[in-house]
Amino acid sequence: MAERPEDLNLPNAVITRIIKEALPDGVNISKEARSAISRAASVFVLYATSCANNFAMKGKRKTLNASDVLSAMEEMEFQRFVTPLKEALEAYRREQKGKKEASEQKKKDKDKKTDSEEQDKSRDEDNDEDEERLEEEEQNEEEEVDN
Amino acid sequence: MADVVVGKDKGGEQRLISLPLSRIRVIMKSSPEVSSINQEALVLTAKATELFVQCLATYSYRHGSGKEKKVLTYSDLANTAQQSETFQFLADILPKKILASKYLKMLKEEKREEDEENDNDNESDHDEADS
Repeated sequence: MAERPEDLNLPNAVITRIIKEALPDGVNISKEARSAISRAASVFVLYATSCANNFAMKGKRKTLNASDVLSAMEEMEFQRFVTPLKEALEAYRREQKGKKEASEQKKKDKDKKTDSEEQDKSRDEDNDEDEERLEEEEQNEEEEVDN
Repeated sequence: MADVVVGKDKGGEQRLISLPLSRIRVIMKSSPEVSSINQEALVLTAKATELFVQCLATYSYRHGSGKEKKVLTYSDLANTAQQSETFQFLADILPKKILASKYLKMLKEEKREEDEENDNDNESDHDEADS
């Protein structure tokens, strides 16, 4: 649960860039309009999450998955988002597959150099590495936003 | 949305997601019903939010009054929330602005209407007493 109202805000710089990409060159966006769109985006996330959660519950699942979000888009009358979202999902999966293969290659190289005891240690650490990797991804993205 | 597609074709190097996933997750988790979110659902929600921002901005600008001046203003967005069914869920957070004087008049009228309703109630009580 978010502790502060500001936690529900999206970063202004990113929102502004997304808006400008969508509008013709040279269009000025008033400060108030930017703020309004940012608030609207947070509400959209909550609305989409609520709809997606309904689909997850119908499927008797506790975890939201990709198909729940896609179904929510149809429910919310944003059907035109479904095609670009599926494309983004495919791109994401390819990206993840690439990372996985790269890390597997590293493990193979590492295994050749180490003895059996160290291999056991690396197995124990597998889960931690996965979690750390996810956190690193999120941190990297936030760092990009800061730049 | 055609503009967006053209933009994508030109910019082959665009990153997949611009919005920070950690922030999207915080917003999603603030909904009490939601227990857990898998990574793909998170990525899709972030991407959908980007598409939504572009869609709202584009629609509001095209239907807005600021085109000649090349300006997107708050009132363009408020009009969108009022007029478009798809964006109806934003009506509460993007209300139209009114002058303070008009607002005060509205308050007075509402109060007068309430008084009239009370009078009607009294009359009906009176009728019951007669019968």
